[in-house]
Amino acid sequence: MTPLVSWAKLDDYRDVAPRGAVDFLLRIGERLRGRRLVHVSASRYGRVMVELVNRLVPILNDLGIDTTWEITIGSADFEGIMRTVSRGLMGTEQVVTDAMLERLRAVSAENAARLRLDGDLVMVHDTAPLMLVESRSQTARWVWRYHDDLSSPQPQLWNALRPFAQRYDAVVFSLPRFAAPLSIPRFIVYASVDPLSERNREMPRAEQAAHLDRLRVPRDKPFLLQVGPFDRAHDPLGVINAYRLVKKHHDVRLVLAGPPPGVGGDVLAEVQEAASHDPDVCVVSLPPDPPAEMNALERAAVIVIHKPLVTGFGIDVAAAMWKGKPVIGSVAGGIPVQIVPGVTGYTVETVEGAAFRTRQLLGNPELIGRMGAAGREHIRRNFLITRHLGDYLALLALLTR
Amino acid sequence: VSLEPFVFLGCVDLRELLPYEARDVRELLDQLGRVPAESLFCHTAAALLHRPVLPAAYPNDFAVWTGNEMRDQRLAERLAAIDPFASDSMEHVREELVAVISDHLQHFPSPVPAGPAEPFRFFQAHLIPVPTGHQARTLREFRDALAEIDVSALFYHLIEARYRLGRRRGDFAEWVASALGRPDVTERLARIDPYVGSLERMRDRHLTVLTAALDEQTP
Repeated sequence: MTPLVSWAKLDDYRDVAPRGAVDFLLRIGERLRGRRLVHVSASRYGRVMVELVNRLVPILNDLGIDTTWEITIGSADFEGIMRTVSRGLMGTEQVVTDAMLERLRAVSAENAARLRLDGDLVMVHDTAPLMLVESRSQTARWVWRYHDDLSSPQPQLWNALRPFAQRYDAVVFSLPRFAAPLSIPRFIVYASVDPLSERNREMPRAEQAAHLDRLRVPRDKPFLLQVGPFDRAHDPLGVINAYRLVKKHHDVRLVLAGPPPGVGGDVLAEVQEAASHDPDVCVVSLPPDPPAEMNALERAAVIVIHKPLVTGFGIDVAAAMWKGKPVIGSVAGGIPVQIVPGVTGYTVETVEGAAFRTRQLLGNPELIGRMGAAGREHIRRNFLITRHLGDYLALLALLTR
Repeated sequence: VSLEPFVFLGCVDLRELLPYEARDVRELLDQLGRVPAESLFCHTAAALLHRPVLPAAYPNDFAVWTGNEMRDQRLAERLAAIDPFASDSMEHVREELVAVISDHLQHFPSPVPAGPAEPFRFFQAHLIPVPTGHQARTLREFRDALAEIDVSALFYHLIEARYRLGRRRGDFAEWVASALGRPDVTERLARIDPYVGSLERMRDRHLTVLTAALDEQTP
């Protein structure tokens, strides 16, 4: 099954990409014209990775690179096993039996027989399609693109899956710290933001205001913002405590915005309880498909805080910086590679650090503007989809010479 | 007017993680003796390729890591002073890095206390040159193209070329000298310090020199 993809052209990015970048990408495309690239993933919805592929496929085709996107399918039990395996690879202890692994293998064989995997380069995203490599042809080059943290997988599980990973020609991780030791080449390709997506497109002030009104976020004071799930890993209570330290000196609001609570482990009730004592703390439960609302919140905020204790790449940081906001972030996941401390924001390790840096910025408004502008340029150069496209073209050129 | 046009090449790069890492300064010293020269290039001169718009505190990855993760400012400052652009060989850069760290460890054998630190992970950059579609036969065409090209072309011609061709100046100064016969402009271009902070700043400096040279030759 090949999903419908969004319609985008590289030319659309001329106004947002770095100077000369679009023309250069067109030149690289000319050099690679006619090569065939196949993306394989388990879903066409949900993850940031899927949104990226959705956008890249038409652009790659526009460049003359014959690009398709294949989706694996599996029954409900397969989906359940995959979730367990994915958690195990990210280091959470799980029970994965031999029978479960055999089931994965059988479903992979069924998918391999059904899917069109005859590219010059086959890029397999994440865990679900990993075992497809058993059916690889020797003429095509196969790359495993793993988007999560594989630095400390559950050992027994990884012992079972590593031989499959080793059958690829290369693996691509999003961060050096996420990489597992493997004897095949390991490349690093950072995540990116799409400046033309609903989440990141330019948004008029009137539209921002309409979204804020709908979310019941008052517009009478500057506000600090953290966007993220209401779970302990994203430390919303720590952000409230940092805000309280700031609030003694600056009349600001704190907006905590996140999806509705999931099953188990969420701290929304505690957050709401903490917020109930302070009318300037707004807890916003985002609607199911919230990119426009998140866009509006980030654009309207004065400073964005992103202080998870554990995270993946944390591309929300880049999304906020693209909107010209200084970001105060933790040192988890990919946040330190996005923030240039003292230039585009700050990285902090404690509640007190977050409070101190927030006060420092609020006390020096010119710094907010300067860091915001530097952050936007930093993202333009290093974390836009155009850079991501260049990385994938480099991979295609390097592996299919 | 030159018979031989200058053809601007840009480059795409892909970073490969190598199986070498260091958790403290002693391990860094050990690994510096083992890693390929291409990795040293990636962490010194090629650090410019991905540097933020505003200059970072230190100009190479070794100094950044020593300062940020090892919290050893003294060593970070000394490593930052190693100038890869003054050398045409990464082996020479390796010798300098090893000499500085060895000397530092002689005077400060006990590691500076630090909390949990990220290891230094060694990379290698795979560079793939691609024509940008721009070329120039005159100084004016050269200046105009330079203002338009992807920033990776500045890296390829100003930084990578020095090591690929083993010479002390980049392709721009070389072509202006050999094809246009303008030693005055050549000298000014060759004097531009790659340590200005970023490739975009290097572009600005080059454009300033070229625009001034064009103004001088206009009657």
